[in-house]
Parts: sequence; structure tokens; C-alpha cells
Amino acid sequence: MTMKLPIYMDYHATTPVDPRVVDAMLPYFTQHFGNAASRNHAFGWEAEEAVETARRQVADLIGANPKEIIFTSGATESNNLAIKGVAEMYREKGNHIITCVTEHKAVIDTCKKLEKMGGRVTYLPVQKDGRINLDDLRAAITDKTVLITIMTANNEIGVLQPIAEIGAIAKEKGILFHTDAVQAVGKVPFSVTEAKVDLVSMSGHKFYGPKGVGALYVRRRNPRVLLAEQISGGGHERGMRSGTLNVPGIVGLGAAAALAQAEMATEGARLRKLRDGLNKKLHANLDELYINGSMEHRLPHNLNVSFAYVEGESLLMGINDVAVSSGSACTSASLEPSYVLKALGAGDDLAHSSIRFGLGRWTTEEEVDYVVEKLTTVVRRLREMSPLYEMVKEGVDLTKMQWVTH
Amino acid sequence: MAYSNKVIDHYENPRNVGSLPKDDSNVGTGLVGAPECGDVMKLQVKVNPETGVIDDAKFKTFGCGSAIASSSLATEWLKGKTVDQALAIKNTDIVAELSLPPVKIHCSVLAEDAIKAAIADYKSKQDKEKGVPATAGHAQPNA
Repeated sequence: MTMKLPIYMDYHATTPVDPRVVDAMLPYFTQHFGNAASRNHAFGWEAEEAVETARRQVADLIGANPKEIIFTSGATESNNLAIKGVAEMYREKGNHIITCVTEHKAVIDTCKKLEKMGGRVTYLPVQKDGRINLDDLRAAITDKTVLITIMTANNEIGVLQPIAEIGAIAKEKGILFHTDAVQAVGKVPFSVTEAKVDLVSMSGHKFYGPKGVGALYVRRRNPRVLLAEQISGGGHERGMRSGTLNVPGIVGLGAAAALAQAEMATEGARLRKLRDGLNKKLHANLDELYINGSMEHRLPHNLNVSFAYVEGESLLMGINDVAVSSGSACTSASLEPSYVLKALGAGDDLAHSSIRFGLGRWTTEEEVDYVVEKLTTVVRRLREMSPLYEMVKEGVDLTKMQWVTH
Repeated sequence: MAYSNKVIDHYENPRNVGSLPKDDSNVGTGLVGAPECGDVMKLQVKVNPETGVIDDAKFKTFGCGSAIASSSLATEWLKGKTVDQALAIKNTDIVAELSLPPVKIHCSVLAEDAIKAAIADYKSKQDKEKGVPATAGHAQPNA
């Protein structure tokens, strides 16, 4: 089989829309284009029916009741709605939120905004493996805590948090529990009952659906979760999210959810094998590699590796026909190294040397082998050019160096 | 981010990668930057003591494509210059030559620092030979 270049191995950033999902969406652009809220004619009824089918498909994926699914423009909006919606609705009860330092910016920046408005937020640290310590969580709870928000799977290192255990603690203390499950939904089994969650954020373009659509699971029983709307208007989505529904997008989200549910087990196993192969082959060729985050509690299709003594952006330049991403400062707009890798305590130099691989539905073994070979060559070349590698080979202890910086 | 052709050229075909003997009295070594910053440059010059001309220059860099290109370009420019001419090289010259975008200007600054550190090291070695006290200027390994 001829392999197509460039190779895409950045499935955590986004995914191509599955052609089957595109097929499901197309009729809703020009044929069945009605507004799902048009209650008085067939155009509206058709659109509404398609939306309710999608609602059921999304609900099935996470073991929820369709009535508990609200459609949004994406997970960033879902995160905003969940966190701000709870903070506002339950402000009489308290103003404290517990989250984690490795959350996505959509959660962290929302929390920072609440802090600016007078709320209090605890950002739990993570251990070296990337997971929170449950004792830290218990210790952080106060009688003013209204929400715990911890992501199911991290987008950079793929590490899975102990969601069911967190849910149990939240239940015990009567505190609402939200999880940003963007990277987990459709990839690993997720059940709102087993996870004991009250709110779940999902994003279409992360599991082969279209961009611009997502969902928020909002529990209706034990307890019934109330949210203060963040977008006011016609009262759509049970008054929680106004705005004409993005019918084609929602149809796509539903179709993607149904496919994910059907193919998750086999796809997960296939990707895990490919990922483990990638890891093994890299280690066979190169020394001084460091895996960031727990391999045991990790998404099956993620690998995040630091290639010591080589900087990430120069690495990416060398493998310019492979699409991956790096935690290096040079690759970020802010010139800050990845805060997730920093939180692992690895040291900025390893953050600068990290590469994130996200495998996906169309990743082949041939692609993995090509990437391994390309990377091996580039890493070896850059290490020959690296003053750090030279010093280490001479026996210098880099940790004892006094560096001269500008 | 789109790299300029010159940056890509220096990255694919870096000039003067390598090391000169550090203990040679005519070799000046500059080591600037820090791993935590994602940029470390080692720049070395070999100076002809009679003419004061830089006969050879070598570099090794841990950093992005722009950092590698800046230090590679620096070694190209250094060869054949006198020590004083080398000190006149400005980071803005590097920015112009490589068409570095604003976010990468600091790479050229580090390259200029590396040149100055290498020259300073060479000069302090010459001073030591003549019995003049040395001045600190570049990274030191702790004993």
C-alpha cells in the first residue's frame, strides 16, 4: 500500500471527519435544512427528529439518558457552561471550586475568570505519573466547595485520572463532579453511572465528527443538576443553551458517536498495539528517552516522549513530513513550555525535548515504521549537533552547571 | 510557522558543526543559554595569534531551527574576521540575513552573546598568558 505523505499523527489536536459521518450530515445542508425549533411544519419536524436521534446516539456512548444531553458549539463552550453555570446557580451554597493544574485551558481560564469575580479555586497538583492524589482532593474540600472538575484523559500526555474514585468522594461529600472527557469519549469506555459524574464535556472533532459542535451531559437524577445559562435567547436545550441548533453538526456528532461505540473495542486494541510498537521501536533505536506520564493509566493511542538533549521544534523541523506536536516553548505562541509537562516535575529541559504522538483511525503500521526511522535519523543528527549531548558524553553533570542566561 | 529558506538551508546543511580543542590557547569557547530556556549555544573560535584573524569557528546548538541557523550563520561570518570585527557583529544583522520573525529575535541575541563569550574567553586566555587576572564571562562547571 502506498503511504500518503505528510503523515498525520496528531489525533489529539483534531481528527478528520469520518466519510460515513460526512454522508450522514450532507442531507441536512440543502435537503432537510429546517430549523429544529420550527414546530409547525415538516421541515422543522424532520430536523428535530434528526437532532433527537443524534441525542440518543451521544447518550448511548456514555450510558446516559438522552434528556441529559445538551448540544453546544464544542467542549470549550461545554466547559464554560458547566463551570460557570454551576458557580452561578449554586452561589448561595458556596464559591469554591477544586480542579487540577493539568486541565485544558478551557477549564483553567474559566476558573481564573471566576477567581477574578470573587470565587476561590484550588488547583490540585499531580504526581509524577500525571494523576492527582486522592488524599489531596479530600484535604481540599471545604463546606463552600460547589464543584470538582477533573479531566478524564489529558490531551498532552494521555493520562487517565481516577474518575470513579473522584466521583465516589464527590458523592460522599455531596459536591457536584464535572469531567472534561474530550479525549476519552469514543476512545475508551465511559459510563456516567460508573464514573459517578454529574457533568461531562464532549467535543465532536476529537472523535471523527465535525468541528464546531460538542455536547454537555447534565445529570437529571440523583441529583438533578441545575445550570445558569451562559447564552440567553430562545430557551433552547431546556433553557440551558439558547441558539438555533447546528443540525448538520449535531447529526455528525451523533453519527460519530454511534461509530465510535461500535468500533471502540477493536480500534482501541489496534491502536494500543501500534502505540506500543512505536514506543518499543523508538527505545530499540535511541537511548535517553523519557516517557511523560503513566503508561499504565493512559489512553491506548497516546505517547509523549522526551528526547533528551534535543529541542522539540528542531526535531519537528527535521520530520517535516510527519504531523505531531511538542511541549517545547518554541512551538507555543506564548514561548512558555508545556505547563502539563512542568506539572509532572520533569524539568523544563525535558519539556523542551518532548514530542506528543496521537494515533488514530487511519494510522498504519507502515506509518509508524516510517516515523520511527525518520525520528531516529533526526535525533541522532541533532544530538551530534547538541552541546548538551557532548557534555553528557564527556561526563559533565548538567544539573551542576551554572548557566549564563540573558 | 513558515521558516525562511535561509533558516531551512542552515538547518539542513549546517556550517561548521563540531568542536575545537577547548584547552588550545588560541581557542575561545562561549557557552550561553540554559536547557530550561530551550536554548544552549556553544560557539568556538580559533584565532591566529599573530594576525588576530579568526581562522576557524565551530558550533553546537540545542535549540529550535532559528537558533541553529543563527549560530551556524555566526560561524560562517566569523571565519576570516579579526577579533574586533567579530565583536561588531550585531544580532540585528543575523535577523536581517535570516529573515527571523519577531518571536525568534531572541535566538539571534543568543548568537551574538555566544560570539562575545567566545571572544572574551580567548582574550582571557591571552591575558592569563601575559599574567593579567581573568574575568568571568561564560558558563562554569562546578568543581
